[in-house]
Amino acid sequence: MTRRSVLMGVAIAALLAAAPALAGSPDLPRKSVELVAPPFVHEHEQATKSGPAIVAFKMAIVEKEVVVDEAGTKFQAMTFNGSMPGPMMVVHEGDYVELTLVNPESNSMPHNIDFHAATGALGGGALTHVNPGEEVVLRWKATRTGTFVYHCAPEGMIPWHVVSGMHGTVMVLPRDGLKDRDGKPLHYDRIYYVGENDLYIPRDETGKFKTYESPADSYQDTTEVMRKLIPSHVVFNGRVGALTGANAMTAKVGETVMIVHSQANRDTRPHLIGGHGDQVWETGKFDNPPQKDLETWFIRGGSAGAALYTFLQPGVYAYVNHNLIEAVELGATAHFKVEGTWNDDLMTQVTPPGPIAPGRVGAVGAPVAR
Amino acid sequence: MLLASSLKIAAAAAALAGPLAGGAALLSPGVPALPHSVVALAPAEFQYRVAGDVSVAGRPAAAPVRTLRLDRDLTIMTRQVTAAEYATCVAAGACPRIGRGPAADDRPVVGVSHRDAVAYAAWMTRTTGLTHRLPTDQEWVFAAAEKADDEALPVVDRADPARAWLVRYDTEASREKMSAEPQPVGHFGVNAKGLADVAGNVWEWTDTCFVRATLEASGETRATTTNCGVRVVQGRHRTYMTDFIRDPRTGGCAAGAPPANLGFRLVVETAAADRLLAALERTARRLLGPG
Repeated sequence: MTRRSVLMGVAIAALLAAAPALAGSPDLPRKSVELVAPPFVHEHEQATKSGPAIVAFKMAIVEKEVVVDEAGTKFQAMTFNGSMPGPMMVVHEGDYVELTLVNPESNSMPHNIDFHAATGALGGGALTHVNPGEEVVLRWKATRTGTFVYHCAPEGMIPWHVVSGMHGTVMVLPRDGLKDRDGKPLHYDRIYYVGENDLYIPRDETGKFKTYESPADSYQDTTEVMRKLIPSHVVFNGRVGALTGANAMTAKVGETVMIVHSQANRDTRPHLIGGHGDQVWETGKFDNPPQKDLETWFIRGGSAGAALYTFLQPGVYAYVNHNLIEAVELGATAHFKVEGTWNDDLMTQVTPPGPIAPGRVGAVGAPVAR
Repeated sequence: MLLASSLKIAAAAAALAGPLAGGAALLSPGVPALPHSVVALAPAEFQYRVAGDVSVAGRPAAAPVRTLRLDRDLTIMTRQVTAAEYATCVAAGACPRIGRGPAADDRPVVGVSHRDAVAYAAWMTRTTGLTHRLPTDQEWVFAAAEKADDEALPVVDRADPARAWLVRYDTEASREKMSAEPQPVGHFGVNAKGLADVAGNVWEWTDTCFVRATLEASGETRATTTNCGVRVVQGRHRTYMTDFIRDPRTGGCAAGAPPANLGFRLVVETAAADRLLAALERTARRLLGPG
């Protein structure tokens, strides 16, 4: 970039900052929001008294090598803003999402974005193709409430870009907030965004995962693995264990937590081991009444769902894809650490493990049960 | 005190081989020259936290720490069994083939179950004529010396179990993360007793079964349940694994930090070795005459 073009850029930015809105924009107040990496979500009002606004977000596309498991398996990721999934954007119904999508010169291929929440132009995909060194600004109106997936969708390479990490979620809240099926307001004390990603990493003839210099180098082999539909990993937030240990999600007894769960490509079935889904929008769309007291909920591939749960018991909870093979063998496990006081009424260990009482079925020397 | 048993035995065998043509019949077809370097550790007192789940009057309790002393020398491998060594056993049809692709030959074999390790020990016993076996947990702790982890995890109180679960979880989460990739022998250093790679990134199977025990007023522990389908695994921290598990990432429960890898090192029964040496010496004396 020349010094002259930098100066031009500064001048244009100054002009834009001075103007209330871009030429041709709806005559609405503007605000810009800094995105944060999942599982966290940028600050937002759950219900708002203010009118619709233009909400400006900016995301850079980052192609980079990442490590996806404890064995150190390397993967050529493509990401929105450097994270898998990309950051969650929260607006209210009637707001306009205005996204500046930057494809830095350092990247190797064109990208775009398809918002499931947007209307027309393949969700914006047809209007947002950016080559390395380009940026684009897209504005769309949030006309439907709910959690909606966004993803990259370049011609001919859509599934590859999606399973390489290019997906995220937009949450469009009702202006007056969430409601239960009787119309009573619902609130959350914390919100976490879990983005599930099936990975298809090729192996060599000895079974070891292969490494590649660039996304393009990995394309042919990866596509072959993808076509067999058997993922090598199924992960939350980009890698096995991304939401466990020191990065486990936290809550306190009595707090209500919203968990938004997206899967841009493949069906999944979240389950909170030892807890429930108090109010669940399985399809993620808030104009439908939430289902109550679910044990496991179903997220269709290409969608995001939302669940509210008020923790009642302290301890360590596993939040899994309840295809347990995917959870335990392939990586789709997260943990919640919950502080608080144990409720003996909800559960107690009446007798600790010990020898079976003499004479009972199964005791040493007792008759075998028939 | 270091003693290379293999050298001693090989020397005795060599001394016999010359003057005694028929003497080879005394030895198993493979002369017992051990492929592994071993160290003989003289008995000494050491601190040992009892393995398993311990309770007092029906309540979970911290396992007591005992001062122990093994009753004879412990002859144990100075390093873990390597991938090449295990592969030889597989090639001989004596060890189960394991799922992993070929690891570098000079690195510890990983992805082995207790059953695989026992098969390897049995094969070593057959081919050398010397009894090879996995160490007990007590023996492992003695040999591991300063590398043995004496950490006592908080006791789960039935009135508020979550407190201990959270502390345990945080303890595990705070442990240093390390790559699971097996490293060349010696990478993790040598301990005070001459053992390499103790508490590195390969945990080691022991032969000790999982025990649930009560701690009596006398201070003795009394086992109420012994489950030999689950064995003590030792390394940076002690844990328990079902004996057929090869990949600890799939063996753990929903919450918790499993070992990075499962491997093993073996103990050689010195009593048997000494008996063999004594027999060789007697034979030699008889044939060569006194002096």
